[in-house]
Amino acid sequence: MITVFGKPLRGPSPLTRLVLLGLLSAALMMFDHRGQELDRIRAGLMVILYPVQVVAGVPVALYHGLIDLFTTDKDLKEQNERLEAEHTRLLVQLQQLDALEAENTRLRAMLGAASRVADRALAAELVEVSTEPFSRRILVRRGAQDKVYIGQPVIDAHGIVGQVTQVASHLSTVTLITDPSHAIPVLDNRSGLRAVVFGSGDQDNLNIPYLSAVADIKEGDLLVSSGMGGVFPAGYPVAVVTKIENDPSESFLQVRARPAAQLNHGKQVLLIWPGQAATTAKGKAP
Amino acid sequence: MSPQARGRLILLASFAIAIVMNILPGPAWAEPFVPDWVALTLIYWCMAVPHRVSVGTGWTLGIILDVLYGSLLGQHALAKSVIAFITVRLHPQLRMFPRWQQAVSVLVLLAINQLLVVWIRGAIGHAPGTIAYWTPSIVGMVVWPWIFVVLRDVRRRWQVS
Repeated sequence: MITVFGKPLRGPSPLTRLVLLGLLSAALMMFDHRGQELDRIRAGLMVILYPVQVVAGVPVALYHGLIDLFTTDKDLKEQNERLEAEHTRLLVQLQQLDALEAENTRLRAMLGAASRVADRALAAELVEVSTEPFSRRILVRRGAQDKVYIGQPVIDAHGIVGQVTQVASHLSTVTLITDPSHAIPVLDNRSGLRAVVFGSGDQDNLNIPYLSAVADIKEGDLLVSSGMGGVFPAGYPVAVVTKIENDPSESFLQVRARPAAQLNHGKQVLLIWPGQAATTAKGKAP
Repeated sequence: MSPQARGRLILLASFAIAIVMNILPGPAWAEPFVPDWVALTLIYWCMAVPHRVSVGTGWTLGIILDVLYGSLLGQHALAKSVIAFITVRLHPQLRMFPRWQQAVSVLVLLAINQLLVVWIRGAIGHAPGTIAYWTPSIVGMVVWPWIFVVLRDVRRRWQVS
């Protein structure tokens, strides 16, 4: 007898059902892993199950509401002052950046290199739920509707956060750089050494394997995205090297790094469209 | 409402609560201490009413979790249908066991559930290699007696059979 949520139907024995559903699961996993056929089904199910996620987010929303309730005028004024100071500081930096950018473009033109195009960005709010235990994924309130695509890079104010791995109409799943299945090609900002940064599953640890004992890498080095692989644009901070161990019995260095992005704080991330700024932010180029 | 329909409503409600508890947001350090509520609820109902809740329910719950978790579609579905099958097969013995022995059996079932998931994750990429990965099963064993009492009272109160 088949029972789905307690609704009895006549049918085959538990063993037959286990074999059939087991085979179905295996087929689903294969198609989901290898191709895009199931993406639309998953997107549909994500939309149907969204209310469950909203309900799960209620306790956190209440908590934030409570904190807002006890935020005083004085706190707000202090915060405002702090933000204004920060704003002024950033504006000053931006002035210098404009000059540098112009210089960079001229130099690149002289070298005959392709000029670097700025990226279009869109803020995305996080949905406060947890995902699979011991994986590192987040859910954001932007989806196919906002032209989000699979493989899209996601950043925050401090560095690269991860990439989009599933897209529904209003929602997307982002796999963080700390997820055990994630890898990102980087460049040591000091020495120009190329490496690949792997997630460890731990929230503030990244691994950099396959570096020989003579590799030019030091603790405190900033690793930026190298742009190889074509997923992430070049030049965004990814991680800071925290620990290097050289065990003579191992053929490679054991290098650990800490993500540059603040993966556990904040309620927003930025989705970026590499090299699209010219047509969206400033209008069509002449 | 017919007893049949009322039973279905109770089952649905208990599974819905378990699913929400599985995806409640929390700090990362708390992750090893959160048991798989869906697996625990599934094991209870497979043991108590195996003619109503079994492999099909386990599979459906697994697919729901796969979508909510963003994991490979079918991964948790397979694990949950396997533990539902074992529980249904062994339900006469499980019901007779003293509470502590039942809790140990639940630990084995939860570990099988996690083992299948970690195998699949290992096959497609890098599986979490830490020992902390297994603590949710142990926490599940510890909370089992309470889950059992609560769900048994629910079953008696609304006469789910």
